Amino acid sequence: MLDKFGIAKRIAKELQDGYYVNLGIGIPTLVANYVPQGIEVILQSENGLLGIGPFPFEEDVDADLINAGKQTVTTTKGSSFFDSAMSFGMIRSGRVDLTVLGAMEVADNGDIANWKIPGKMVKGMGGAMDLVASAKNIIVAMQHVNKAGESKLLGQCSLPITGLGCVKKVVTELGVFDITPEGFKCIEYAPGVSLDYIKEKTLGRLVIADDVKEMSID
Amino acid sequence: MLNKVVKNAEEAIKDIQDGATIMLGGFGLCGIPENSISALVKKGVKNLTCISNNAGVDDFGIGLMLKTRQVKKMIASYVGENAEFERQLLSGELEVELIPQGTLATRCMAAGYGMPAIYTPAGVGTEVAEGKETRVFDGKTYLMEHAFKSDYAIVKAWKGDTHGNLIFRATSRNFNPLMAMAGKITIVEVEELVQPGELDPDMIHTPGIYVNRIFKGENYEKRIEQITITKRS
Repeated sequence: MLDKFGIAKRIAKELQDGYYVNLGIGIPTLVANYVPQGIEVILQSENGLLGIGPFPFEEDVDADLINAGKQTVTTTKGSSFFDSAMSFGMIRSGRVDLTVLGAMEVADNGDIANWKIPGKMVKGMGGAMDLVASAKNIIVAMQHVNKAGESKLLGQCSLPITGLGCVKKVVTELGVFDITPEGFKCIEYAPGVSLDYIKEKTLGRLVIADDVKEMSID
Repeated sequence: MLNKVVKNAEEAIKDIQDGATIMLGGFGLCGIPENSISALVKKGVKNLTCISNNAGVDDFGIGLMLKTRQVKKMIASYVGENAEFERQLLSGELEVELIPQGTLATRCMAAGYGMPAIYTPAGVGTEVAEGKETRVFDGKTYLMEHAFKSDYAIVKAWKGDTHGNLIFRATSRNFNPLMAMAGKITIVEVEELVQPGELDPDMIHTPGIYVNRIFKGENYEKRIEQITITKRS
């Protein structure tokens, strides 16, 4: 079974040289730490930065330079700044190659719910609805089950939807799942996790790929 | 002769009346018009509708106007950093409309470009789409979203000249140039106010035609929500 760093490491293997990538808050942000050697990816921050660099040294902290999680960051060589309309313009017009998001629920048809729990304080969708409606490749990074032990991979989302039929792949602590017309297709299982256990923890339609294999993350 | 320069924030906002709709630039606390917010609190105008990506924190940004109960309605994309906001929302004192961030930006842009509405895929199939006109283009469904109408836009720029030409800095640009284009009256506070000709025309983000009033702000706190640093090894 993977921890959150393992999930991030596995998703990093999806990165390709020259990709423009938007990473959501939480586990997705960790993906930036595991970009494979020898490839260059440009990180997009929807508040108006292409080319997010590492956190600044203490003396370089700049209140005018933050990421979408409102953390202080730096630029990289070749960075650019832009306004919020252009930021979502590059997302909407399909220029961003890969979007990695967290989720509360994913359905076996690719629907995603990640912005609202009825009855609890609603904080808002931020850029999530724009991202899921437009990104050409969306990978969800999340725990397979919620705190109550219930599957987050469902036949149908029970929480308010963020976007329809948009998720392409889900990576959890248990495995890697492609969204296919047959539902979640398990293509890899995490070390030490049995396919039976994955079946038990997956409520949506699940098929096992013929060439399913153990995940390698290093 | 163009005369857009006002003395300070108090003078810039002095005609804003109760019930006005105001756009406020910034993302989180980054690039917010600090001086103008303080002046609005001091003036005490009430029943405001505020359009801004976020609602500040308890003791800074738009949070200051929430504390004094000056905001009737908040239109934003993400509001989670503010306990007083949550209290007013749950008690029904505050009306809130949450909209996707890109939709918020583009509705400002549409206003500034003189277009009545835009089509966006964001929110299709969600509760955001309820009651909205949809249209299919090339097999994909889009929502029609209207350009914002606002009485005032209040933004923060890094540098500006007395004609209202503006340059923003780093990610404090965010919604500021979009809102600057979208207000019926646009008020700008800058860190540095210079004479015409001192800014390179090629470097201008917002042409002065969109700006009605400009002043040099002072005592910027520029509070940071999350200070994250790399430790030197």
